[in-house]
Amino acid sequence: MDLSAINPILFVAGFLVAATPLIFAAIGELVVEKSGVLNLGVEGMMITGAICGFAVAVETGSPLLGFAAAAAGGALLSLLFAFLTQIALANQVASGLALTLFGLGLSALLGQSYVGVKPPRLGDIDFGPLADIPVIGPAVFTHDIILYLGLALVAATWAVLKFTRAGLVLRAVGESHDAAHALGYHVKRIRTFAIMFGGACAGVGGAYISLIRVPQWTEGMTAGIGWIALALVVFASWKPGRLLLGAYLFGGITQLQLNLQGAGVAIPVEYLAMSPYLITIIVLVILSADKSAAPASLGRTFHASQ
Amino acid sequence: MIRLEKRPQPSRAFSLATPLLAVLATMVFGGLMFALLGKDPVTSIITIFWQPLFGEFAFYYRPQLLIKGAPLVLIAIGLSLGFKAGIWNIGAEGQYIMGALFGAGVGLAFYPLDSFIVFPLMVMGGAFGGWIWAMIPAMLKVKFGTNEILVSLMLVYVAEQFLASMSLGLMKNPEGFGFPGSRNLQQYESAFNADLIEGSGMHWGVVAALIAVIFAYVLLTKHRLGFAIRVTGEAPRAARFSGVNPTRLVLFCLGTSGLLAGLAGLFEVAGPAGQVTIDFNVGYGFTAIIVAFLGRLHPVGILLAGGLMALTYIGGDIAQSQLGLPAAAIQVFQGMLLFFLLAFDLLTNYRLRFGRTEVA
Repeated sequence: MDLSAINPILFVAGFLVAATPLIFAAIGELVVEKSGVLNLGVEGMMITGAICGFAVAVETGSPLLGFAAAAAGGALLSLLFAFLTQIALANQVASGLALTLFGLGLSALLGQSYVGVKPPRLGDIDFGPLADIPVIGPAVFTHDIILYLGLALVAATWAVLKFTRAGLVLRAVGESHDAAHALGYHVKRIRTFAIMFGGACAGVGGAYISLIRVPQWTEGMTAGIGWIALALVVFASWKPGRLLLGAYLFGGITQLQLNLQGAGVAIPVEYLAMSPYLITIIVLVILSADKSAAPASLGRTFHASQ
Repeated sequence: MIRLEKRPQPSRAFSLATPLLAVLATMVFGGLMFALLGKDPVTSIITIFWQPLFGEFAFYYRPQLLIKGAPLVLIAIGLSLGFKAGIWNIGAEGQYIMGALFGAGVGLAFYPLDSFIVFPLMVMGGAFGGWIWAMIPAMLKVKFGTNEILVSLMLVYVAEQFLASMSLGLMKNPEGFGFPGSRNLQQYESAFNADLIEGSGMHWGVVAALIAVIFAYVLLTKHRLGFAIRVTGEAPRAARFSGVNPTRLVLFCLGTSGLLAGLAGLFEVAGPAGQVTIDFNVGYGFTAIIVAFLGRLHPVGILLAGGLMALTYIGGDIAQSQLGLPAAAIQVFQGMLLFFLLAFDLLTNYRLRFGRTEVA
C-alpha cells in the first residue's frame, strides 16, 4: 500500500468533479420536493440525460449543446411523470419507479450505437492568475463551466426559495396545496414546472457523468447516483446549503475509494466500491430522526374537488 | 371540457379492465416503437406474444415460461403485501442476490456430500439470505424511521458488489481453470433444483410460487394480518384506531418479501442458472415491481401478470434473434406497460365528466 500515491491536489479536483452530478440531480429534486412532489424517477431522468447529452455532443461536436440536450431530455421525460401524477392522479411512488425503469430501458435503446465512442471534450475555464495560486489554483480553478454553473445553481435556488415571491408560492404549494389553491394559485401548473426543472437538472447531472466525469457511454452508468441524490435531499433537510455540504461529502468518499483502489489498499475492490452506498445508509439513519423539515404535502395527490 | 369526479368507491369493472387496456395500449405504442426501429410492428408483436405459446418451437418455449415466470411471481407476491400497506421494498433485486449467495453457499459448503438433506438446507439458506437482507431496511425503519425505499435500494448495489466479490473470490470454482464463477450446481446432484417432470420447466421454484400465491390469497382474505395490511393501505388512521401494530406490519411485510425474493434467487442459482456468476442477476427484482402492479396487487392477478411478463422476456429473446430487435426495446416495452397501467388507473378511481365546467 502506498498512500503517498494519492495527490491531495488531484484528490480535491477529483471530488469536486465527482460531486457535480449529485449537486445537479439533488438541487433539482429539492425544488420538486419543496413543491410537495416526491419524484423517485431521478435515476431514470439522469441516465436519459446522460445519453441525450452524449449523443448530441458526439453528433454536433459541441459539449455545451450536449448539456442543453440533456436538460431538454430530462425535462421531457419528467413530463411523463408530471402527466401521471398531476393529470392522471397516479401514486407518486409507483410513477417515479416507472420513470426509472422506463428511463433505464430507453437510455439503453438510444445508446446502442454510442458504446465505445469518445465524446468531444469541454475545455476548462481560464481563470488567469487565479489558476496560478499554489495548491488552491490547480485544485479549484481548473474546471469546466458546468461545474461552476452547478454551484451557481445552488446559490440561485437558495436565494429564489428564500427571498422571492415565486419561491414563497412554491413553498406554499408544498406545505399546503389546499391553502395555496384557495388563494388562487395553480397548484398543478406550479408543480409541473417544478417537476420539469427537476428533470432538466437531473438530465444535466447525468450528462456530466457521461461527458466529463467518465467520459464515455455505458449502459446503466449512473449506477445509483440518482438514488443517492434522493437521499441527499433528506440529508440536507431540504436546505440548499446543507445539500452542497452533503454532495461534497459523498463526492469525497467516492473519490477516496477510487484513489484507495488505485493505491492498491489491501481491501478488495468490491468492498471499497460498496462504501458510498453504505455511507448513504448510515447518514440516512443518523438524520432520519428529524422529519420536521419535510414539506407537509410531500407525496400527497392534489385534486381540486376533494 | 373534461372534468374528473371522484368515485365514492373504486370501480370494480375498471379495476379488472385497466390491466387489459394497458396491455393493449402498450402493444399499440410498442408496435409504433418497433416501427421506428425499422421492424415490422405486427410481426414483432406476433413474435413476442404468439410465437412462444403457439409457434413452431412452442414445445421449447413453454417450459421457459415457467422458468422465467416463477421468480417474477414469487418476488411480486412478497412485494404486493408491502405495497398494499404502503411499505415500499424496492430492493428485491438485492434480496434475490443474497438468497442465491446464501443458498449456493450452503450447497457449496457441503460439496461433494451426497445426501437428500443438502437441498432443503439450501432452501432454508436462501430464504434466510433474502430475509436478513430485507430485515436491514425493516429494522432501520422501525428503530429510526429511516426511509425503507432508499435503504433497500442502496442495498441492491451493495449486494451486487458482494456477488462480484463472491464469484471472483470465496465461491470461485477451484477446478474452474481460473474463470470467474462458482461450481455448477447442476452437476452436483444433491444440490440441483432439477425439473420435477423432465423437460417441463416445472422446478421447485414454480411449486413455491404457486404455494406463495395461495398463501397470499388466504392471508389477505381470511387472516387478521391480511386485514391489517389492507386497512393500513386504505386508511392508515383507521388502522391505528383498530389496533394494528405498525412495527409488526413493517417487519412482516419487508421480511416476507425478502424471504420470497431470497427463495427465488436460490431456486434460480440451483436450477436454471446453475452457478454464482458476476452477472447472475438479470433484473427480476425490478421487473417484479411491474408484475405486482400489473396484477393489481392481487395474488391471482400477479400469477397472470407474471406469466405475461415472462412471455415478453421469452418473446423478446425470440424477436432479438429472429428480427434483430434490440434487447433494450423489450425493457422499454415493459416500462411502458407500467406507465399505461398507472395512467389508466385514473378510470378506476375517477369518473370522466364531459361538458362545461360549472361554477360550484
